[in-house]
Amino acid sequence: MKICVLVKEVPDAAVAKRIDPASGRMDRSGEKNLNPYDTHAIEAAMLLREGGEVQVDEIVAVTMGPESAARALHKAVSLGADRSVHLSDDALAGSDAAATGYALAKALELESPDLVLLGQQSDDGECYTIGAVVADHLKMPSLTQVVKLEVDGDALRLERQAEYGYDTVRIRLPAVISVGDAINEPRYPSLKAIMGAKKKPLVNLDAAAAGIDTALVGAAGSRVQCGEFHDPPAKAPGRIIEDDNTDETVAQIVAWLEERKLI
Amino acid sequence: MSDVLVYALHYQGAFNKNSLGAVCEGAARAAEIGGECHAVVVGGSGLSDDLCRSLGHYGATKVFRADGPEGLAQPVVDVFDQVIAEHGHRYAIFGGGLLGFEIGAGLAARRQGGVTMEVTAVRADGSELVAERPILGDSKISVSRYRGELGIIIGRINAFEIREPGGADAEVVDVAVEYSPWSKRAELVTRGEQRGADVDIEGASILVAGGRGLGRAEGFAMAEELAAAFGPGSAVAATRAVVDAGWYPYAAQIGQTGKTVSPKLYLAAGISGAIQHKVGMQTSENIVAINKDANAPIFEFSDLGIVGDLNKILPKLAAAIRARKGG
Ligand SMILES: Cc1cc2nc3c(=O)[nH]c(=O)nc-3n(C[C@H](O)[C@H](O)[C@H](O)COP(=O)(O)OP(=O)(O)OC[C@H]3O[C@@H](n4cnc5c(N)ncnc54)[C@H](O)[C@@H]3O)c2cc1C
Ligand SMILES: Nc1ncnc2c1ncn2[C@@H]1O[C@H](COP(=O)(O)O)[C@@H](O)[C@H]1O
Repeated sequence: MKICVLVKEVPDAAVAKRIDPASGRMDRSGEKNLNPYDTHAIEAAMLLREGGEVQVDEIVAVTMGPESAARALHKAVSLGADRSVHLSDDALAGSDAAATGYALAKALELESPDLVLLGQQSDDGECYTIGAVVADHLKMPSLTQVVKLEVDGDALRLERQAEYGYDTVRIRLPAVISVGDAINEPRYPSLKAIMGAKKKPLVNLDAAAAGIDTALVGAAGSRVQCGEFHDPPAKAPGRIIEDDNTDETVAQIVAWLEERKLI
Repeated sequence: MSDVLVYALHYQGAFNKNSLGAVCEGAARAAEIGGECHAVVVGGSGLSDDLCRSLGHYGATKVFRADGPEGLAQPVVDVFDQVIAEHGHRYAIFGGGLLGFEIGAGLAARRQGGVTMEVTAVRADGSELVAERPILGDSKISVSRYRGELGIIIGRINAFEIREPGGADAEVVDVAVEYSPWSKRAELVTRGEQRGADVDIEGASILVAGGRGLGRAEGFAMAEELAAAFGPGSAVAATRAVVDAGWYPYAAQIGQTGKTVSPKLYLAAGISGAIQHKVGMQTSENIVAINKDANAPIFEFSDLGIVGDLNKILPKLAAAIRARKGG
């Protein structure tokens, strides 16, 4: 079985995110990292390989993003992927969720995976939806927010929380599965794996090589136009207490609660 | 045509609250752009004529009913695809919820639509609908406008209000749908399993909510001790992270796929304040947060924030409140 894991480079959690007023897109300068949610998808692939219930022949990390996104692929490889695919083209810049999913699906078609794994959300885009878009283009069944994944013959037995409690779904492969962050505890890469990551094969693809219709991607091809950014109604900032002396802190909390007749 | 098509999710003979909100929103906005609001329901024999017609009381004039599996997204994409191909709806609206995200996104792929998720407001601009979505941790609002033939709007949970029901029944139209082969490769084995004890957090006026910061399941003892100190009318709640980890029962979960609460006091211990949690508690009267990370998003919407280690603070706070109440 061949598993493709979708990974994305995102601004580091410590970087304050903002909209670049000039381009109207998210300012993605500054420190970047592999989307933390994607490490759970890589770990899920590794656990399938190590679990031995199916033979996993290959784990391929796939990303769409600018040149710098290669670093996210290196990180993915250091966490266990065998090789990676980097889809990059100026024509793809500014793609919305639907266009991104379409482009990724075209890159995935070249790989014909048996299973595509994704993270539950990207830390910057937060669309929660790329998996469902990719799946429809690939004509595969899919499920998002999966927190338990087991092999069940030629199918997967999956669990997740939906509107009314926990659902168990059986899906036959090939399939596209987004995993939630409670599914596993991702391992740390070994020093050796980090050092070796750059030597693993990496294929660069542009839009033409992936067979992408450029009229359907990029800012111009996207069906949603985002803009007119504005501030939400201001909320009075709350009071903040730094806990230097816990007895004093607790006395302040109690006084605050009493003032509001909560005790 | 400027008609709006809405998905009405149902479970055990009742429509989902967020779906009813979406029908009301769809009806109000459709009227402004000169169209009608129609709904799609997918399910088996539980979908009685009466139940389907009742969507008219929320503003739908027509209900497309398809015989199909419940609780999965892709069959619903097939139904939307067929109905829109035949009737040319201009917009599709989904109430907050996991299935709405999956259906809306799948539909965007199928029909080359534009999709916006986490929408908190929809308005008419001339003959078009525009959608507002908070981004960057709710610090900015972005406005979506749609190009092409289909605009897809996925609401944030609780974003669309349900108006007082009234008015005429909707017309029910049965549609025969050829489900796509990949839709048939998924099967719902069990649905809506409630894990853990059946606790009541909706009735409580004081909630002590615990998150991953409690460290382990046993950490909830501290939250329970604090709730007990507050006395009757208080209870312990939880985030999805800890419910998925099996630390606390599902019935105590607050947020997008859990309960929506608005107690007098909501005290969060070791909770980061993710949007999906916030949507379930933001209308609480007083919000107190204890978190060791000064940059945790929860401080953005707390009335009182304590930057510190909950392991030090919670036991002393419980003791102080007990002493206060006893004295
Ligand atoms: C579709 C979807 C639906 C979802 N539905 C829900 C839902 O219904 N409800 C929900 O809650 N979430 C939901 N989530 C998940 C949500 O996005 C967050 O992942 C989750 O709320 C995080 O839970 P948490 O705050 O407990 O954990 P974390 O985000 O890990 O936060 C833990 C916090 O504890 C703090 N901390 C750690 N140690 C200490 C200490 N000793 N003292 C003080 N503070 C400490 C940390 O600084 C951190 O801020 C959903 C997500 C998605 C994508
Ligand atoms: N540009 C991208 N390249 C590769 N994978 C992506 C990209 N954007 C999103 N993904 C994947 O889709 C998941 C969900 O992202 P999103 O729908 O943007 O919240 C992420 O966790 C990634 O696995």
